[in-house]
Amino acid sequence: MLHIVACIKQVPDTKIIKMNPKTNTMDRASAPAILNPYDAHAVEEAVRLKKKYGGIVSVLTMGPPPAVKAIKKCIELGADEGYMISDRAFAGADTLATSYALTKALEKIAKQRPIDLIICGKMTIDGDTGQVGPGIARRLNIPPLTGVKKVVEINKEKGYAIVHRKLEDGYEVVKSQLPCLFTVEKDINDISFAPLPNMIKAARYQPTIWTADDLEDVDRKQLGLKGSPTIVSKVWAPPKPEGGKILSGTKEQQVNELLSIVLEKKELFV
Amino acid sequence: MNFDDYRGIWIYVEVKDGQIAPVSLELLGAGRVLADKRKTELAGVLIGSGVKTVAPMLFQYGADVVYVYDDPIFEHYRTEPYMRALLDCCHKHKPEVILYGATPSGKDLASAIATDLPTGLTADTTILDIEEDTGLLLASRPAFGGNIMATILCKKYRPQMATVRPKVMKALPPDPSRTGRVIEEHIELHEEEMRTKVLEIVRETTKKARIDEADIVVAGGKGMGSKEGFQLIHQLAEVLGGAVGASRDVVEVGWIDHHHQVGQTGVTVTPKIYFAIGISGAIQHVVGMQNSELIIAINKDPNAPIFQSCHYGIVGDAFEIVPLLIERFKEEIPKLKGAHAKEEIRHA
Ligand SMILES: Cc1cc2nc3c(=O)[nH]c(=O)nc-3n(C[C@H](O)[C@H](O)[C@H](O)COP(=O)(O)OP(=O)(O)OC[C@H]3O[C@@H](n4cnc5c(N)ncnc54)[C@H](O)[C@@H]3O)c2cc1C
Ligand SMILES: Nc1ncnc2c1ncn2[C@@H]1O[C@H](COP(=O)(O)O)[C@@H](O)[C@H]1O
Repeated sequence: MLHIVACIKQVPDTKIIKMNPKTNTMDRASAPAILNPYDAHAVEEAVRLKKKYGGIVSVLTMGPPPAVKAIKKCIELGADEGYMISDRAFAGADTLATSYALTKALEKIAKQRPIDLIICGKMTIDGDTGQVGPGIARRLNIPPLTGVKKVVEINKEKGYAIVHRKLEDGYEVVKSQLPCLFTVEKDINDISFAPLPNMIKAARYQPTIWTADDLEDVDRKQLGLKGSPTIVSKVWAPPKPEGGKILSGTKEQQVNELLSIVLEKKELFV
Repeated sequence: MNFDDYRGIWIYVEVKDGQIAPVSLELLGAGRVLADKRKTELAGVLIGSGVKTVAPMLFQYGADVVYVYDDPIFEHYRTEPYMRALLDCCHKHKPEVILYGATPSGKDLASAIATDLPTGLTADTTILDIEEDTGLLLASRPAFGGNIMATILCKKYRPQMATVRPKVMKALPPDPSRTGRVIEEHIELHEEEMRTKVLEIVRETTKKARIDEADIVVAGGKGMGSKEGFQLIHQLAEVLGGAVGASRDVVEVGWIDHHHQVGQTGVTVTPKIYFAIGISGAIQHVVGMQNSELIIAINKDPNAPIFQSCHYGIVGDAFEIVPLLIERFKEEIPKLKGAHAKEEIRHA
């Protein structure tokens, strides 16, 4: 029986988010909150591994109360248990403080049921860093395997995992001791449609929710804004490009003009 | 923490198959500026097996010092041994800044080091500066899917760390007369104690797919309508001898695989010519190609944002324009080649 924990986050859909041009802040109301797309692949992979090897999939998130919705989405995808840590003390956390709080929660989960494998997404679409997963691995002192695009084998008895890690020009096959932590690429799987029983379960599901006080041996100085070494000092809108010259005339004239512009770089063609 | 104990700008240097990664040379260029402002040394940290020989190159590109950890245990990048080496170096020599390429291994290593030290780490930086007197690193990066730029500071911890996006900073022209100090370091690591093992490395991308190296990239978007429609992009790339690029939406619907995706979550390209055909020009796409020398857009919507980010644009239907282009290039390119051949003969 494997116990796999996927770390997931609820994020604003940055594809459609509107920015306030005066303050350069996000208008959160303009974008729906969704399950971070990369984390959906983390949960999907955990569920597939559960089906293959037997076991239990838990999901863990740190976030404000509405993030329960993201946990429900994971239950739809086939997760068994959901845990959420939610407290004002966690607010304003950068990746270092986030990995600290999540690690404390993972330690508590592991006391109830030892963890064999942790799966994170490649990155979040709001934070865009991909630093939280490796941070958790470091804190738990387990090997991080970033950029996993295929899981070849998990062998709990012998205590190892074999995966393909994405490289810039291919992939490497790596064997790691268990427990370990994966961060997964999007191409690792396609998200399956949620079967009806999962939808029903998800609708009723209530995750376990912990505050900072519920976690053990927590150093409050390492939580939230206080525990974050990085500070955002300035935000501004990315410079607007000036725009190019639109070619005019008939199609043939436009094509001919473009041709001469391109062929001016003749060294590229000889 | 006494900040005065922390001196020097460090670059984590990546070496693969005996070659220094281009991003490491770019970082030496950026790091040189920071080091000069701070009147301090620029160092490269080299970890690998048989990598000592590349040290002179690092001097030519701007380094004053190179720390070397050369040991067979470092043959392939693995978090654990690399992290041990870099932590050892940090504890001994205390840098004020460490920069890493925002590559798979650079990000992996930086995250582990930041957690262990601990210190702040700014991801995917695209603009770097430093305050001359305080040494405060100003690391700026796109955030929220490229919707804003933010400057990130790390005021209370040293070293300050950032991963920096490849192809954004500029390498210095190499200066063969520059030299520096090589400092060889060593730590005790035993293979039996390593918890991961690289069993095999598979290189799978063909030359053609390496769009980050191509001089001409012809990229297509959802506007190509279908996988069949997208063939026009392949055909134009073929006549021009270029590589094929794509927007994320095209990759998502499966017209082409992820290696071809240009943009924030794909590759950054800086070819001599970039064609964006049937691509709307979302900011996440544009950040991956905006530094191309010549950007040409073809889109039927005159208000498409791509026209803000191109040098030349044609407002029109790709299915009319592109076949014409292909036909005309087929006529003209051989003429250029012919003219060039004659020229060569004349010079010979
Ligand atoms: C976190 C995050 C990361 C992202 N990363 C990336 C990334 O790395 N790369 C990336 O590309 N995107 C990325 N995106 C997605 C990006 O926001 C856009 O959704 C995507 O680039 C749009 O692709 P497109 O331009 O092909 O499609 P569309 O936006 O659908 O645009 C199609 C265009 O084709 C034009 N068109 C239609 N028919 C024709 C015709 N016959 N002839 C000519 N023109 C025609 C239309 O006018 C339109 O402008 C990311 C998004 C997020 C949130
Ligand atoms: N608040 C959070 N709660 C749970 N998991 C998170 C949280 N933030 C980040 N993660 C995990 O860490 C990964 C990388 O996030 P990031 O470093 O923010 O890009 C995500 O894909 C998640 O798996």
